[in-house]
Amino acid sequence: MKRTLALAVCVAMGGSVALADMLAPADVTYGDYGAVEQSLTGTPGDPENGAQVFLARKLGNCLACHANSDMADQPFHGEVGPPLDGIGSYRTEAELRGMIINSKKTFQGTIMPAFYVADDFTRNQDKFEGETILTAQQVEDVVAYLMTLTD
Amino acid sequence: MRLSTLKTAACGLALVAAPLAASAEDLLINGQVEINTEVQPADHMKGIVPVVRSGWTFRSPETQVLQMDDFDNPGMIFVDQGMSLWQTGDGETGESCADCHGDMAESMEGVRASMPKMNPEGTDLWTLEENINNCRTERMEADEWAWESSEMLAMTAAIGKQSRGMPVDVEIDGPAREWWERGEELYYQRVGQLDMACANCHEDNYDNMIRADHLSQGQINGFPVYRLKWGGLGSIHRRFKGCMKNIRAEPYNRGSDEFKALELYVASRGAGLDVETPSVRN
Ligand code: HEC
Ligand code: HEC
Ligand code: HEC
Repeated sequence: MKRTLALAVCVAMGGSVALADMLAPADVTYGDYGAVEQSLTGTPGDPENGAQVFLARKLGNCLACHANSDMADQPFHGEVGPPLDGIGSYRTEAELRGMIINSKKTFQGTIMPAFYVADDFTRNQDKFEGETILTAQQVEDVVAYLMTLTD
Repeated sequence: MRLSTLKTAACGLALVAAPLAASAEDLLINGQVEINTEVQPADHMKGIVPVVRSGWTFRSPETQVLQMDDFDNPGMIFVDQGMSLWQTGDGETGESCADCHGDMAESMEGVRASMPKMNPEGTDLWTLEENINNCRTERMEADEWAWESSEMLAMTAAIGKQSRGMPVDVEIDGPAREWWERGEELYYQRVGQLDMACANCHEDNYDNMIRADHLSQGQINGFPVYRLKWGGLGSIHRRFKGCMKNIRAEPYNRGSDEFKALELYVASRGAGLDVETPSVRN
């Protein structure tokens, strides 16, 4: 909500100041193992919002595939991917950012969706054409949340 | 192999038989019709899955039990509706299915198990729905039934039930080969914004939980299926559509060449599983 307002203000002021620092999906540069050093927005991620994105079925829906003890109060933790307990202790922020932006760069052929890629997906629904699953800031928020999952 | 050994052992030992009867592998309907829900893969499935499993084996005991007695099976009333439609004259000729085909139990035995298959001219792959509509338009001069209409679902359920307990055995060679290969391609093709293929869930991840869902092998030996979520019967192509929508893909249409090809391929992945129509799923 707050973010939408801020954006509206910027646009009203006749500039896309807030967007100037935002990295478009096509401009992301990956390291050898798919890590992404550069923040997508330059704005630090908000871990609380990241937790919401992690949970929401229409956003990250990460819990569908990953168990997460930090969310023990939530029902139905998935088993498709590995549990993410302690992930912030053994993965770097850059690695995590890369995995969320496009996990296929790290895990070849993975089932895990690429959350910040706007490819020409085969038979994509019109309403998602050219769209990423998460916004740049939502990616940063999830990364910040994952970094709080330490042993 | 392991399964038949277990079953043989169970026959000799009444005490052991009780827990086995409740195990996931055994589906006995009305205490009579034995359904093979776990079979060895056919040649074309070797190395792809170690065991071919019916969707029934993945469901909760509460859902499973609904399929174990026809009085509890909510799909059975539609089978009854299909049986009466079978006797009802329609179209310009006023003929009924029974006028030509006689007793459904005899003339339609095994038909579901072999569908979809090439039409008599060998020019097109026909699903059960298309075979029925061909009789309606060409032989009865009646209107087609829409794919997901209550009449079509009732009729496919009734005809399907005549194959209950018979192993799925579809022709995948000869003129059907091209269709099968197209179906295989579609099964492994990643689609939609989530960029997933059927195989990502139903081959690589069956038996895993995906949020609240226990992933099965996505078999179609029980269709049309009664889904508690739908509160009614649904066709194979309806289920395919739902799975595609969930991964944010634009689904193909019911009756499209793509879904027909996929139906043949998916049926062949379940070769050897017994037909369960009408099955019950959540
Ligand atoms: C459809 C299932 C699926 C979804 C949804 C999914 N993942 Fe994954 N994820 C996987 C799988 C499978 C792996 C293991 C990599 C592989 O394919 O070998 C994985 C790997 C990971 C890893 C690396 C774990 C490690 O030990 O290195 C992280 C971190 C991760 N996922 C985070 C997320 C986050 C955050 C989300 C939501 C924004 C998410 N995943 C959504 C399936 C999924
Ligand atoms: C005028 C006679 C006639 C009527 C009426 C008729 N059929 Fe047929 N049907 C045939 C003939 C002939 C065939 C092709 C030969 C065969 O397989 O028996 C056929 C084939 C079929 C097949 C394919 C069987 C297979 O083994 O491939 C199905 C299914 C079928 N009919 C269902 C129906 C249904 C359902 C109705 C009523 C809605 C119906 N038919 C009405 C004559 C008829
Ligand atoms: C994201 C994972 C996912 C993908 C990808 C997917 N499905 Fe499914 N499918 C499910 C879930 C979950 C269910 C319900 C539980 C179960 O039976 O697996 C299901 C159920 C089914 C069923 C019903 C099985 C039964 O026993 O009645 C069929 C058939 C099916 N899927 C076919 C397909 C086909 C064909 C594709 C590719 C076009 C596909 N699915 C893609 C998740 C998926």
